[in-house]
Amino acid sequence: MNRKSISKQAPAGLPSPVGAWIDRYRHDGGLRQYVVYLAFALILATFSILLHDDGFLSSSNLLNIGRQAAPIAVMAVGMAFALAAGEIDLSVGSVVALSSLVAAELVGNYGFLAGALAALGASALVGMVNGLISVKVRIPSFLVTLGMLGIISGIARNWNDLQSLPIRNDRFSGIFGAGGLGPVSSLLIWIVIAGALGHIALHHLRWGRHVLSTGADRDAANAVGINTARVKISALIVSATAAGFAGILLAGRLSIGRHDLGEDYLLTVIAAVVIGGTNLFGGRASILGAVTGALIMAMLNNGLILMGLEVADQLIARGVIIILAVALSMREAKEA
Amino acid sequence: MSSAPALVASGISKSFRAVQALDDVSIELHRGRVTALLGDNGAGKSTMVKCISGLYQPDGGRIFIEGTEHRISSSRHARELGIETVHQTLSVIDPLDVAENLFLNREHTRGGWLGARIGLLDKRRMRKECADTLARLDIRIPSLRRSVGSLSGGQRQAVAIGRAVSWGQQIVLLDEPAAALGVEQTQRVLDLIINLRDQGVAVLLITHNMDRVLAVCDQAVVLYQGRKCAEVNVADVTKDDLVSYITGARTTD
Repeated sequence: MNRKSISKQAPAGLPSPVGAWIDRYRHDGGLRQYVVYLAFALILATFSILLHDDGFLSSSNLLNIGRQAAPIAVMAVGMAFALAAGEIDLSVGSVVALSSLVAAELVGNYGFLAGALAALGASALVGMVNGLISVKVRIPSFLVTLGMLGIISGIARNWNDLQSLPIRNDRFSGIFGAGGLGPVSSLLIWIVIAGALGHIALHHLRWGRHVLSTGADRDAANAVGINTARVKISALIVSATAAGFAGILLAGRLSIGRHDLGEDYLLTVIAAVVIGGTNLFGGRASILGAVTGALIMAMLNNGLILMGLEVADQLIARGVIIILAVALSMREAKEA
Repeated sequence: MSSAPALVASGISKSFRAVQALDDVSIELHRGRVTALLGDNGAGKSTMVKCISGLYQPDGGRIFIEGTEHRISSSRHARELGIETVHQTLSVIDPLDVAENLFLNREHTRGGWLGARIGLLDKRRMRKECADTLARLDIRIPSLRRSVGSLSGGQRQAVAIGRAVSWGQQIVLLDEPAAALGVEQTQRVLDLIINLRDQGVAVLLITHNMDRVLAVCDQAVVLYQGRKCAEVNVADVTKDDLVSYITGARTTD
């Protein structure tokens, strides 16, 4: 009896944290799951050398990269959940604009908080409609959100006849973009908050585990009683709400609401998420990877500009990077 | 064996349009015994399992659990009644780790009321209980933090079975649990079935493999074209007997 209980303890016992980490490292993808961090270091090093004389490493430029990255990072965190759940949200760019306009419309009369909350609420509503149509009518989310992209873009364009709406509220601008805590820009703080919230939600909340389960194997998730329809809807609400928050950050930094804010973010955000190790087809996500991916995209953007590339060439470079990232993601999906 | 059977399905019938998939089939599962459900493809084995696990509603017949009659309305209802089904597939989530799979959708939370509301996972407790469950079943997994996708087929199936049992379920239906497994892994799963039996679980095993039946089963029910054609004590029969029942060459009736 005694001998038996000892032999039974050993196999399933709890290993030390370090041993467990090494074990997971070896069996769950090895070096590949850290590719994004290596890429970040590599690109940072390359630009530091190549663009040293152009002031790439100057604190003002690094801060600039961080500011550029903030809305992308926030959207990437949200998009990671949509992808993890096996969905995709192509409407995020238009939601950025909608959110900035709602905030700009309301901040003046009702204060910064009401403006921000209304902007988030409107964004969440868009996400909920996306999710409900996609799940209940069984239309793939890329089609629903593509249609929604058109609808929301149109609404944003009509909102103020393509004119920007000014935001004259120091608290709004201060909290959401222009200001900071001491020397630290508020935008950098928002990156950290979004990343931390996303990471906790994915790894330490029941919801995050259910999102991953739903995206990995919907039938299996249903079989254990997970309401996968609700999970998918909630993931699309999160991605739209994150886009709405990115809109608030842009509105705060620029002190305007405008129909074309966020217009060209979609591909950048998807690239950031996928480079960061999130599977385009569900079931695997990394929030820290997504945030790092956002920093990479902002860094690339900044570096390409400092190198003197034309807008057209930047577009080409970004497209190439996205295709490479997706190719890598698909290769991993096959191997897994 | 003296007390009421864990489950009695009596006179179960089920048809799909013109096809009579099950015709008056009865089956008894006893605590601490393994019952084989045999039959050729299309004999009605899976339909029978689905009627018991709540996925199908039988057209006729009654189901008793621990002597009480129940009309099983859904797989959730079946689970509440203590019946867990392990399908060939549909059982584990690859990207989640072993403990997370074991506790999927019945996670322990911490942080009191608020923690329960937002679903803050108590990972430490789940790993601990997972380790206990696996140890009790003598399931050997290298690390509970490994994603299930990185485990071998046998280990994954063991996790799925461990998951079924860790709900405290007393009736476990296994649909070809070793279908895609190698020799050694199959042996592990068979050991696990014996282990379940020894702990008083009533097991129903669907399989095509006669050696497995002879190795672990106490009782065998054979279906032929939707009807029960034989019910035997495995100790009393040979492999050839079982095969002749399955092919319809013989019946015990």
